[in-house]
Amino acid sequence: MEAYLDNSATTRVLPEAAELITKIMCEDYGNPSSLHMKGVRAENYLRYAKETMARLLKVNEKEIFFTSGGTESDNMALMGCAFANSRWGKHLITTQIEHPAVLQTMRHLESLGYRVTYLPVDGSGRIALEDLQRAMTQDTILVSVMHTNNEIGSLQPVEEASVLIKRMNPNTLFHVDAVQGFGKAKIYPKRMGIDLLSVSGHKIHGPKGIGVLYVGEKVKIQPILHGGGQQHNMRSGTDNVPGAAGMAKAAELLYRHYDEDIKHLCHCKKYFMDGIRQLEGVTINGLLPGKPDGEGTAPHIVSVSFAGVRSEVLLHALEEKEIYVSAGSACAARKPQPSATLKAIGADKAQLESTIRFSFSVYTTEEELHYTLQTLYDKIPMLRKYTRR
Amino acid sequence: MKFTAFLIKYAEIGVKGRNRYLFEDALVHQIKFALKKCEGKFLIHKTQGRIYVDAEGEFDYEEAVEHLRHVFGISGICPVVYVEDEGFEKLCDTVVTYMADVYPDRNKTFKVHARRARKNYPKESMEINMDMGEVLLKAFPEMKVDVHNPDILLNIEIREKIYIYSEIIPGPGGMPVGTGGKAMLLLSGGIDSPVAGYMIAKRGVKIDAVYFHAPPYTSERAKQKVVDLARIVSRYAGPIYLHVINFTDIQLYIHEKCPHEELTIIMRRYMMRIAEHIAKETECLGLITGESIGQVASQTMHSLIATNEVCELPVYRPLIGFDKQEIVEVSEKIGTFETSIQPFEDCCTIFVAKHPVTKPNLNVIRRHEHNLDEKIEELVKTALETAEMMIVE
Repeated sequence: MEAYLDNSATTRVLPEAAELITKIMCEDYGNPSSLHMKGVRAENYLRYAKETMARLLKVNEKEIFFTSGGTESDNMALMGCAFANSRWGKHLITTQIEHPAVLQTMRHLESLGYRVTYLPVDGSGRIALEDLQRAMTQDTILVSVMHTNNEIGSLQPVEEASVLIKRMNPNTLFHVDAVQGFGKAKIYPKRMGIDLLSVSGHKIHGPKGIGVLYVGEKVKIQPILHGGGQQHNMRSGTDNVPGAAGMAKAAELLYRHYDEDIKHLCHCKKYFMDGIRQLEGVTINGLLPGKPDGEGTAPHIVSVSFAGVRSEVLLHALEEKEIYVSAGSACAARKPQPSATLKAIGADKAQLESTIRFSFSVYTTEEELHYTLQTLYDKIPMLRKYTRR
Repeated sequence: MKFTAFLIKYAEIGVKGRNRYLFEDALVHQIKFALKKCEGKFLIHKTQGRIYVDAEGEFDYEEAVEHLRHVFGISGICPVVYVEDEGFEKLCDTVVTYMADVYPDRNKTFKVHARRARKNYPKESMEINMDMGEVLLKAFPEMKVDVHNPDILLNIEIREKIYIYSEIIPGPGGMPVGTGGKAMLLLSGGIDSPVAGYMIAKRGVKIDAVYFHAPPYTSERAKQKVVDLARIVSRYAGPIYLHVINFTDIQLYIHEKCPHEELTIIMRRYMMRIAEHIAKETECLGLITGESIGQVASQTMHSLIATNEVCELPVYRPLIGFDKQEIVEVSEKIGTFETSIQPFEDCCTIFVAKHPVTKPNLNVIRRHEHNLDEKIEELVKTALETAEMMIVE
């Protein structure tokens, strides 16, 4: 049996999306910028993609920009905002547990003379609004907070933060990295006071290499890619028509079964956590105090520390049984340094080295989880026996 | 001016006696093999104690030189311009153009060195030297002749065609691979073992390799890294037969039955045993390791006695007197360093004791190994039977 439990790294593409992509690549392969019929047909797919994404986010089509993925969306939001607003401010705020696409872009901005405040998080991975309030200044141009953490699944108080930010400084823009959150929670930027929102295609059963940046109508940012002037000059480069249409198709279908899907994911999470708790010496990371069933956290991520078991070893032991998971997060897993998120929630060294992330999707079944749990019951005692003494 | 051929210089082969042709033929073979991957067609021929590589038609000069620089046995590569014999005056014109092209900086001393291999050429070697020198001095008044220690030694060889060359690109030296038998390299994912393989291959030895894989403690990527390293070494050493041994069960069994401080030593003894077994089956004449005295606990002289005693075949340790920095320098030169330092666990580093023995007592080690008697033979047998073999090139 195979159990793919690494859906926060990437997901299987929906067959309907794959079909549409193949059709566009093989038949309707025109360039939407071309004047002829083939171009027009390609443009129609692009329009469909834009309309769909706008409808699902309840925003205006003009506010949707297609990018090459979450990383580019984050870069475009942060740098685009920093460059466009540096006249009146050079201060930015983010959290210590952002994805590297945000953290490294912030570091880059620091090297260009911007000041950045990194907000700490509590033991369950949430920022405190008081910290945000204290960090806000008159020259704060942007606050960037992730919706759902990719490693432990904690959710940030996005709506409360937005109210606070706008009260403190109406000019400050608010960016939300919703790469892990989109599709798992209903996110409506306008209603939630979000100025910029990053979304990625391959986390929602769409293709890789495509993402969206929502940019509110009144928000001024500068483009970071220059060239042929596509997408209202905001993001040059030949439009990724198959990518955009594939993502839109996946998102559209996802929203059709939204409530059932979320219920399914929540069930998976509870079932899995109950099973995990049968083992000794395990810690589930990122849960809110007094909420052992994972209320108030992402429905698809379970981060577990197995005391005395090196995460890399457990990962490969599970791999032998065709169970695929991540150590920490896939983005950080190939680097030797410990996870910043786990550090920020106060994990000790032993915990840093022994944390596995399980992440589910609509395709995940109870049988797969049962199989995974049985394998863990089998492997964990064996691996604990052979540790470095 | 375009180079159309290479004269291959070889150092050590030249002093061989009656079996010299064996070495030359091996070198020709290796050169052919190396150039197969290059764009263009090449004719490789041996004449009067020299090897020439003639390009037939268009070729990528940089690429060809790069590949030739990986062939052991070559001490120098001279890019050659060759022309048809159309009389001495025409030759003078060509040589002047050559000098102008190759040496834009004229503040140099030179010496003309002619060789008249085709004796019906109207001028003798000495005459060519003098006459050509005069022509060059006239063409480049800034240049001077220095017959003892010239900056430029301009060679003109009169054969069927006329060869002109003056530059020598250093080759890797050593002896052509395949002239010295075959040896089994214990290849880990570290910095040292690929360098050790390189150094022995440089002496003309064909290399096979064995890697000990310990899933799930070492990952597929760690294995891929070893394959990548073998591939880089194979650019010099030719195709490498890489044997991958699943070592997990043996390692866990040792971990279970033997004192922890001795784990690494006993583990390495089994690696040597297994490597030697495959070596003997594949007609290898020795084992190669990347050990260097005192680098880690298992590489002290005392530990080396312990790992050495399980083998009958000689164990070659070309890095034995090298400092780490010296090894790193070679690995950077041969291009394995970047791959070696990728952070994947290899099977030597997992389970390492905090304080492993540095002066193991052989009798104690042997006694503790008896703890393994019950199952170890079976495990070794299984490991050998399930070994995976791949050809890396």
